[in-house]
Amino acid sequence: MKFQNKNNFSRRNFLKTSVLAGGGMLIGFNLLTACKPDAEMPVDIENLNFNDFNAFIKISDEGYVTIFSPNPEIGQGVKTSMPMIIAEELNVEWSKVNVVQGVLDTKNYKRQLAGGSQSIRFGWDALRQTGATTKQMLVNAAAIKWNVNANTCKASKGIITNSNGDKLGYGEVVKEAALLEVPEDVKLKKVSEYTIIGQEIVNVDIDKIITGKPLFGLDYKAEGMLYASVLRPPSFGQKLESFDATKAKKVAGVIDVITIGDKVRNFVKAGKNNWTFKLSETDKVVVIATNTWAALKGKKALSAVWVTDTKLESTQDHDKILTKVLDGKKQNIRREDGDVHKAFSKADRVIEKTYHSPFLPHNCMEPMNFYANVTAEKVHLVGPVQTPEYAASVVADMLGYDIDKVSLEMTRMGGGFGRRLYGDFVYEAAEISNAIKKPVKVISSREDDMTTGIYRPSIKYRIKASIKDGKVTGYHLKEAAVGGNMYGLIPNFFPAGCIPNYKVETGNYRGNITTGAWRAPYTNFLAFAEQSFFDELATELNIDTIQLRLDLLQNVKGTSDKSIQYSGQRMEDTIKLVREKANWGKTKDGVYQGFSAYYSHNTHVAEIAEIELKDGFPVIKKVVVAVDCGVVVNPTGARNQVEGGVLDGIGHAMYADFSFKDGKPSDRNFDTYRLIRMQETPKVEVHFVENELSPTGLGEPGLPPAGGAVANAINAALGKRMYSQPFVKELNDSSILS
Amino acid sequence: MPNYTLYINGKERSVTADADTPLLWILRDELNLVGTKFGCGIAQCGACTVHIDGVAIRSCQMQVSILDDVKITTIEGLSADGKHPVQEAWKEIDVPQCGYCQSGQIMTASAFLEENKNPSEEEIREAMHGNICRCASYNRIEKAVKVAADKMS
Ligand code: FES
Ligand code: FES
Repeated sequence: MKFQNKNNFSRRNFLKTSVLAGGGMLIGFNLLTACKPDAEMPVDIENLNFNDFNAFIKISDEGYVTIFSPNPEIGQGVKTSMPMIIAEELNVEWSKVNVVQGVLDTKNYKRQLAGGSQSIRFGWDALRQTGATTKQMLVNAAAIKWNVNANTCKASKGIITNSNGDKLGYGEVVKEAALLEVPEDVKLKKVSEYTIIGQEIVNVDIDKIITGKPLFGLDYKAEGMLYASVLRPPSFGQKLESFDATKAKKVAGVIDVITIGDKVRNFVKAGKNNWTFKLSETDKVVVIATNTWAALKGKKALSAVWVTDTKLESTQDHDKILTKVLDGKKQNIRREDGDVHKAFSKADRVIEKTYHSPFLPHNCMEPMNFYANVTAEKVHLVGPVQTPEYAASVVADMLGYDIDKVSLEMTRMGGGFGRRLYGDFVYEAAEISNAIKKPVKVISSREDDMTTGIYRPSIKYRIKASIKDGKVTGYHLKEAAVGGNMYGLIPNFFPAGCIPNYKVETGNYRGNITTGAWRAPYTNFLAFAEQSFFDELATELNIDTIQLRLDLLQNVKGTSDKSIQYSGQRMEDTIKLVREKANWGKTKDGVYQGFSAYYSHNTHVAEIAEIELKDGFPVIKKVVVAVDCGVVVNPTGARNQVEGGVLDGIGHAMYADFSFKDGKPSDRNFDTYRLIRMQETPKVEVHFVENELSPTGLGEPGLPPAGGAVANAINAALGKRMYSQPFVKELNDSSILS
Repeated sequence: MPNYTLYINGKERSVTADADTPLLWILRDELNLVGTKFGCGIAQCGACTVHIDGVAIRSCQMQVSILDDVKITTIEGLSADGKHPVQEAWKEIDVPQCGYCQSGQIMTASAFLEENKNPSEEEIREAMHGNICRCASYNRIEKAVKVAADKMS
């Protein structure tokens, strides 16, 4: 793009406008700065050029609006919903808006946004202000043309009018508008005035998806590109000793077999790693080929000897270790109110239960892959990664390039679920291309993807509660995890603040298995454990399980404790909505309900699962969901996210079984690893709490309550509590069915 | 390497490839038809579904050497303009989340609806059971197949 020289800035909105040489007006702004809660303003704003922005709005002479979003889509719909917010305040028709994913590189786009549950929440104010400011500049330009006061002009659907009945389209004033001062204080619309926000807007990439256009990393191709397949150790904790590539090299299409590992390892040794680099401690054997099939076939033809210098871990060991951690005294206190031990000693009754979750692979539908082209002058990277800025900086550091010489383009992602936060595949691609000095794409087979993953940590929770005079007086939760504990604010979620004596402690064992974030990290299993436990408490107290939650929530309403993350009132409203919509307690014979509610990612969610029995086995028929995520920007996208989250939660709670034996993963592909499929899928009915509060995340919060709702419904049907996942295993092991 | 002539989306295409190369990789790597996706490589996920003589088949299991006298249709050739009733229904219902599995879903659904013009809910769920959607857009897939069936009848 070419710009005229005169540029205008807004300090407050961090926005800049310019006339486009080819016609039209360009507004540059920073989506990520906009999307961080306490973004720092760059010191020297006057000296910014357009390369310092990462998002643009172009308004053409014809009044068409193009929003260039740097926002990669991982399936959460933000590529649609964020532009909707801009268009709303800009007052243009959605049909005149085109959303384009900007070509991204870390040189020109310093601040990239990786999407996720938080994008909308952080972007809400800034996106609205960007739209409103731009609209005001257009209105101001029209007012000057007409020589009237801008206050007497209105803008609607891309057309500006005044009280004399004159009309100007946005396109007719762009040149003038671009040169005006950027107004600092613009008025934002009221929720009741919205015409785009709240409409059902179909995913902006829909046409490309349904016609099979190249969108994803795996679809990316470049001139002269080779394909690489990487042989990694079969067991976690092993290292490469030697290999024989004779057979592999005979495979038609295989060009070369090399090893990599040094670059990442040196980087790790220099102390710059984070622990997900565990995957990178060994050398790896790489088959380079002219096509994917040859690369995969060549890898199969390799033989390698692996050595072990640490103990190879098994799930059985982990199980014992986790119990030991729970029993031990060395825990970190994460939150403590009152005195739980006193409460337990004075209690009428004390209940204690332990819950267990396995490791889980992410299994993004699009296996990990990345393109790299390392030349003497620069490095170009292309593919699906959720942390582009970090990945590019590691590559620069690792290969000794100036960060300015490393560019990274993001593609659409065939699922993320947390896996693509980790750039191990980016570093591999870069190291390979660096070695062969050719453009190359690293491709994981499903087996590679599942067996060399970054898994959800395996966790045990032990929860203990005291009951005195029919009230819950104490609550003590201990977490033991292999590979990382709950983070930050989670100990301040429900029931923190509801129970006078409350304590959360965590303990960790760090082993050989690489672990990391998995959709709704920690809460994905914590919510199941706690919500199952509360269901059991309600039975003990002989009170309705929903009523127990509502009673407890009264204690946190109006709390002065700023550390409490959720709202007692919003949770109560959400629970009441689901209770009403699901006809709680009024189902027909043979239908069993289970309730669960959880706050995470700033969103309050309550779910009621309904199951029926078929040959004594529970079949999940329906899940009714109530969600308070503030203003719903795009209802169809929002429901899609919640539906997906709920089913993801159910699928993994019911079926996902994954373990290790001598460091080796139990499953390699979908023949043995069971994901939820169509015939196991219940209907999901989503209801939103209506309010005018700022929107919050949706990609994750639907998931955590789902497992608990199903577990509690299973108990209602069979009188059997679920204490570990997957439930199918618990059910098959149970005497009920035998 | 041997040469093969394939009939894909109404056109003859000639490729040079190893005899055991799956159609999936011929499409993606040699012919630039990347709408057909790789998910598992072992016939478990359906991401690679294409039509062979109108039947939904997993292209990761079809060796190029046995495909000389069949008609292959991929997502790119399902309709000239993206307006096959199944595609239209997918758009109407706003099915995709990440979108990666969806061409396979659409190919499975469109072959199924040729066979069964008026499917019951059970039949739809059975027909689509073999296609994994990791984002679990199953509720919408089911709805969209129903909508497409209505459009086609
Ligand atoms: S890739 Fe062919 S069925 Fe999964
Ligand atoms: S939409 Fe993501 S796998 Fe189906």
